[in-house]
Amino acid sequence: MSNIPSELKYATSHEWVRAEGDGTYTVGITEHAQELLGDMVFVDLPDVGDEVDAGEDCAVAESVKAASDIYAPIGGEIVAINEELEDSPESVNNDPYGDGWLFRVKASDESELENLLDAEGYAANIDED
Amino acid sequence: MTSKTVLHAKHLEAGAKMVDFHGWEMPINYGSQIEEHNAVRQDAGMFDVSHMTIVDVKGADAQAFLRKLVANDVAKLKVAGKALYTGMLNEQGGVIDDLIIYFFTETEYRLVVNSATREKDLAHMNAVAADFDVAITERPEYAMIAVQGPNAKAKTAIILSDAQNAAVEGMKPFFGVQAEELFIATTGYTGEDGYEIVVHNDDAAQLWQKLLDAGVSPAGLGARDTLRLEAGMNLYGSDMDESVSPLAANMAWTIAWEPAERDFIGRKVIEQQRADKSTDKLVGLVLESKGVLRGGSKVIVEGGEGVITSGTFSPTLGFSVALARVPRSTGDTAQVEMRKKLVDVKVVKPCFVRNGKSVL
Repeated sequence: MSNIPSELKYATSHEWVRAEGDGTYTVGITEHAQELLGDMVFVDLPDVGDEVDAGEDCAVAESVKAASDIYAPIGGEIVAINEELEDSPESVNNDPYGDGWLFRVKASDESELENLLDAEGYAANIDED
Repeated sequence: MTSKTVLHAKHLEAGAKMVDFHGWEMPINYGSQIEEHNAVRQDAGMFDVSHMTIVDVKGADAQAFLRKLVANDVAKLKVAGKALYTGMLNEQGGVIDDLIIYFFTETEYRLVVNSATREKDLAHMNAVAADFDVAITERPEYAMIAVQGPNAKAKTAIILSDAQNAAVEGMKPFFGVQAEELFIATTGYTGEDGYEIVVHNDDAAQLWQKLLDAGVSPAGLGARDTLRLEAGMNLYGSDMDESVSPLAANMAWTIAWEPAERDFIGRKVIEQQRADKSTDKLVGLVLESKGVLRGGSKVIVEGGEGVITSGTFSPTLGFSVALARVPRSTGDTAQVEMRKKLVDVKVVKPCFVRNGKSVL
């Protein structure tokens, strides 16, 4: 059973969201997602300043197995990206909820968070796969 | 119903992620495909290849049979143990399978063919054998472990008996020898030094454990694919199949045209293709920017198009490489359709890495 931290919110498309307490939210992919994808080789991130809509494909995780779109779980402005992934994409595999974070978004509408799953809901969602 | 090799329990013990590979439950990786790949390039790794089909061919007509069956000429094999890589063609000149043939005597050979093609291979061999005094015997009682990498031979030496070490001492590449209960060959599918070891099913788990204890890392089918692709070695079913001429699959070197009177199956068709220069060719593609070339993608070249037959991220090089079947006129550059965009790639000879180093 893969690790699903209870303090995070989740999208059915396997992204996690962490509230930073200042209206910004950090986004990554779940441990389950990285297990499905296998060793990561490239991560294509949006640019800081980009405006994204909830559900918009805004990044690509390319593993030994496949290229997968990553969707913005909530809309807003990209305020930071994890530049370390350029040289160490394996962080997404080794530490998906920590050093493997992808980008940080300043939410334009925090009510969108209500559309996301909690840990329990996400766990149930994986079981259905 | 999937088959399991006798090493199945050892894979689970090592934490393998198992997948269905053409009806066999095989390890895709033991955690990280890239780490396993690097272990083979830098040290020593081992693969369970027991799913592959070992076929012994014996009889007064064994040589004549094989000279009919395959495109290369086994009459070139003069030294006991010498091996040869070739294709078994159909009458239309397509590749039924690729295989390795070990020569012992003119009446005794060992063939190793693919697992996914086992049934049709055996049916074809038996059909051709009807006209020859030859016995074709599958050897399912044997498992096979490939030990590959710059330290593979040294680490294997630790666990071999004195007699076995004496038997493999100084053995050149592409040879095999029966050494006590093991058949040990200097063949492989990685572009590294090493052995392929045929071992009785009853002794396979113990041999695997000894190699593990000697510091050889288990490597899965994922790493096996990236290693063979870096080495520019074909994968049957991806880079060629029954609809593809060996001339379009970088297999011209595995065809013996002389003597002209040897009438191997498929000869007429591929001889004509050779004279007409009518087939496509297999090339290497290199993408030095971000992204990974994937099998099935369209390749656009001046005046035509081709297809990527195998593509991957190359852990050794740090960028993506691919094999592609393209028109003969293809030059030094091409474009590949990737995620709805066209990207420029370099066209090179279909070999990227040998003995741990880039050959680009």
